[in-house]
Amino acid sequence: MIIQGKTLKYGDNVDTDVIIPARYLTATDPQELAQHCLEGLDSDFPQKVSSSPILVAGRNFGCGSSREHAPLAIKASGVKAVIAASFARIFYRNALNIGLPILESEEAAEKIKEGDQLEIDLDKGEIKNLTTQETFKVEPFPPFLQEIIEQGGLMNLVKKRVVHLS
Amino acid sequence: MSMTITEKIIAAHAQKEKVTPGELVQVKIDLSLANDITAPLSIKELEKQGIEKIFDPDKIVLVADHNTPCKDIASAQNVKLMQEFAQKHGISHFFVGGKAGIEHVLLPEQGLIVPGDLIIGADSHTCTYGALGAFSTGMGSTDIAASWVLGETWLRVPESILFVYEGKRKQFVTGKDLILFTIGKIGVDGARYCAMEFTGPVIQELSLDERFTMTNMAVEAGAKNGIMEADDKVLSYLTEIKSPRSPIVYQSDSDAQWKEIIEIAVSSIEPQVAFPHLPSNTHSVYSIPQIEVDQVVIGSCTNGRMEDLRMAAQVLKEREVHPRVRLLIFPGSPAILRQAEKEGLLQIFLEAGGIIAPASCGPCLGGHLGVLAEGEKCVSTTNRNFLGRMGHIKSEVYLANPYIAASSAVAGYIAAPDQI
Repeated sequence: MIIQGKTLKYGDNVDTDVIIPARYLTATDPQELAQHCLEGLDSDFPQKVSSSPILVAGRNFGCGSSREHAPLAIKASGVKAVIAASFARIFYRNALNIGLPILESEEAAEKIKEGDQLEIDLDKGEIKNLTTQETFKVEPFPPFLQEIIEQGGLMNLVKKRVVHLS
Repeated sequence: MSMTITEKIIAAHAQKEKVTPGELVQVKIDLSLANDITAPLSIKELEKQGIEKIFDPDKIVLVADHNTPCKDIASAQNVKLMQEFAQKHGISHFFVGGKAGIEHVLLPEQGLIVPGDLIIGADSHTCTYGALGAFSTGMGSTDIAASWVLGETWLRVPESILFVYEGKRKQFVTGKDLILFTIGKIGVDGARYCAMEFTGPVIQELSLDERFTMTNMAVEAGAKNGIMEADDKVLSYLTEIKSPRSPIVYQSDSDAQWKEIIEIAVSSIEPQVAFPHLPSNTHSVYSIPQIEVDQVVIGSCTNGRMEDLRMAAQVLKEREVHPRVRLLIFPGSPAILRQAEKEGLLQIFLEAGGIIAPASCGPCLGGHLGVLAEGEKCVSTTNRNFLGRMGHIKSEVYLANPYIAASSAVAGYIAAPDQI
């Protein structure tokens, strides 16, 4: 799968409280959550994201709460992929489970600037910066996680196993 | 076999002789937990997939503790959805109303956790149970939904970091200060993806309540779990609460592999205050300028247990809360509320001018029951001080232990008991 688009750039430790504040967690509808995505960090995010759908951030992206509402809000707001120097572990699992593409690369996170035009090849694990002509390789996911991604999220795998068991 | 406690528990649940850090394994779970914020997503996911059967209703725990007592119609709908799901599947461990407490305070009290268990929960502070020598970690709603169907989950075996605490604690230095100091030292991603094992003579001296405070905040350093060896204090606690299950006590082998061993000399640590907006932003309470506060919160899954209330009461006895300050006290469970009443602590809090709130996560996450306005500052015994965590984006949260929180409520600014 190929993803193209311009970037928005944020810093280290973007936590789940700024991604989606807890006062909105009574909602489970991703579209409703998306209206408040990142509002604590960047109040113009909803306007910016339509023309810049790739997020680039520093270390420990998604730290804090286990709220799956965080990757759901990001995905529903129109974000096509998140590149970070590192991800907090619960956010990492949640993103894979709900089908939000994430890529971990310290080098890419450092060198890519806001507004750069990227082309991401998820299958190859390759990020091309079309603005600077740089290419970054990303560690491939282990086979089991690759399977979750290919099945479009964890529950599709679970459903297959349930059918298989019965 | 040269394994750590964490590796041994994971190996036992993966039905393997040995596991190695980095390895991905499927593990059987002993308990899978969700609350009124995370369970609705899990339930809706199962409904969406048309999955009707769950693996074992006795191994699923549902606690309505975040937006409860329900703050609005949407949160009431969520609790109703949990209730209907619990009824439909015969889930007996569903806690609501006067039976509910803050999940990570409540579950150990209910005898639902024993050493050697492997527990997952749709709440990041699920790592709390490590204080009992169990492996426990937080996940999201989809992982939890999957575990309710399969009775298992996947884990990447974490590398373990050993934290050794030695020396004599100074006055007013609690488990909270040790973990805040540790996070301050290694940073909010200093143990990312790792197991934090806490050991040393100081850990042995700590009460169970203070140990829970430490393992609770392992996630604040990015850890997968925090863990301690179950000792006699843990085993007596299990007897005291008439735990229905037998513990399996694991110890890390002397030749276990550690990513790092970090020795912490406790004697030089002073009571800590974590400044906005990261738990790692720690200072000694004696080195900070005068910071006036508007609200003080004592409670939460971090510091809402008996020892915490006793510390607060020790400071508040025959004193009055500063006229500007709102002091909110959240005993963590119905059992703790009853015990606090019996010991006369509630009387002390009320006479000081405090508010006794229900066992809820409410203000910790800026949900309800104590949300901050623009520019307000709060000293809190909770676990996170992220931007906008407790309310307005321009409000500030300072994390501290119950002694400091109570003294600050009296002084009107952040202070230790010997400064008021």
